[in-house]
Amino acid sequence: MKLNLKIWRQKGPDSTGGFETYMVEADEHMSFLEMLDVLNEQLIHEKKEPVAFEHDCREGICGTCNMVIDGRPHGPQQGTTTCQLHMRAYKDGDTITIEPIRAKSFPIIKDLAVDRSSFDRIIQAGGYISVNTGQAPDANAIPIEKDQSSRAFDAATCIGCGACVAACPNGSAMLFTAAKISHLALLPQGKVEHTKRTSKMVAQMDKEGFGMCSNVEACEVECPKEISTDNIARMNRSFLGSIFGSEG
Amino acid sequence: MWIINFLLSSIGRKIIMSLTGLFLCLFLVIHLLGNLQLLVDDGGEAFNSYAYIMTHNPLIKFISIANYFFIGLHAVVGILLYFVNRNAKGSSYAVKTKDNASIASKNMALLGSLILAFLFIHMGDFWLKMKMAKWYPDADWLPLAQSEALGHEVIDLYVRVTTAFDNIWLVLAYLIGQLILSFHLWHGFASAFQTLGLRHKKYTPLISGLGKAFAILIPLGFAIIPIFHYLNILF
Ligand code: HEM
Ligand code: SF4
Ligand code: FES
Repeated sequence: MKLNLKIWRQKGPDSTGGFETYMVEADEHMSFLEMLDVLNEQLIHEKKEPVAFEHDCREGICGTCNMVIDGRPHGPQQGTTTCQLHMRAYKDGDTITIEPIRAKSFPIIKDLAVDRSSFDRIIQAGGYISVNTGQAPDANAIPIEKDQSSRAFDAATCIGCGACVAACPNGSAMLFTAAKISHLALLPQGKVEHTKRTSKMVAQMDKEGFGMCSNVEACEVECPKEISTDNIARMNRSFLGSIFGSEG
Repeated sequence: MWIINFLLSSIGRKIIMSLTGLFLCLFLVIHLLGNLQLLVDDGGEAFNSYAYIMTHNPLIKFISIANYFFIGLHAVVGILLYFVNRNAKGSSYAVKTKDNASIASKNMALLGSLILAFLFIHMGDFWLKMKMAKWYPDADWLPLAQSEALGHEVIDLYVRVTTAFDNIWLVLAYLIGQLILSFHLWHGFASAFQTLGLRHKKYTPLISGLGKAFAILIPLGFAIIPIFHYLNILF
């Protein structure tokens, strides 16, 4: 199939970018990233600068490949990362517009690649549990109720791709932060540092300049892991608890 | 101080929006119950007596001051959040999608600002003129009426309202105002509970349903009054 691509090109963080149009010949069995690989080979042959985009696992688990395709993070398919989106979702002659994630806290590095280290700093602020190193503890030493562990697991599937921020008209990172708070808060090992963790991670999220959640819930629709906004309500409860809760 | 830090945090600011928003929802119910007395066919007796009590009871006066404060806080923080959020987004996408969110939820600040404009006109029309009666006791646009229930003369706000609603343009402006309010509540009511963390699969469907019903019934209740009045003078 022949495709028209309109791709955002930007030399560096401070340069002004703009759209460039390209023609590419793709196969319906290719993934979206493979289609971009084909384009880049074409550009290299023509001695032009290839399009910079991030990718790593190409199997939907690392979260680096997020880009905004026709106005939607990770493209039009529900619960699918860009690397798992296949060209059979398109037809011959389609025009596809590809842009980087746009949010103040995700500055553009080059073309479609953005700097998501603000997410790393939110995790560093409290997204961990403090344990001694040594032998791995017995997996079933602490019994955990199935529903509870499933909820924790669902929250833990967040791959930190930033589609939530990309989709949010407020550039808010509350879905990501809430998922990272929740997957620990729901388990006994994570409960120990729970309230402190929430207030530290929320403080860091605010410091990074992310916006505030207006409960638009576009994040939930665009999240490739379908993380629920239930988690945002849990984070808000936990935040209120960290401030007004009793000291024990 | 912890409370300042809390109120300045992202979640804290949203909690202010949700609590003031819910208070305003309660206010709308009370306001509507009062207004519905305009429909009583008694030449304004019920409504005028009600308006007198509402402006002369100290407790109600206190609540109304709180109400102004909450509207002001809701509007100021709401508009502030809009600018902070817009700045956090930076720039928007070349291709805009409508597939991932409701229109009301994405336009709360615009809807809110229109409500604010409506409120200014509304207050100028009814409330200010009533207050000015104190300074202009002989003004012909504020006649007095005898209240049977209270046994003395009160301002005839009923006539003020009904003459205003003789004007089709005012009726239309009022109806558009209610439509805007409806959209604001369509998203706002349920959103306020989510902000407070009140979400559970047992009761969230109920809150959402209640929110939609509230967003339709309350503005509809307000709208019935001018519609009823206008139809009355037509036929
Ligand atoms: C009778 C009048 C009003 C009622 C009942 C009302 C109610 C509400 C409610 C319940 C919310 C949801 C809060 C949340 O998401 O937690 C809300 C949000 C909002 N309101 Fe109002 N409101 C009213 C008037 C106004 C006015 C005059 C403005 C002025 C600008 C305004 C601006 C906003 C904004 C910007 C939001 C969204 C905040 C956000 O989520 O980021 N509202 N309103
Ligand atoms: S919550 Fe979803 S959209 Fe946001 S970073 Fe995690 S996986 Fe990506
Ligand atoms: S490349 Fe790892 S999720 Fe797409």
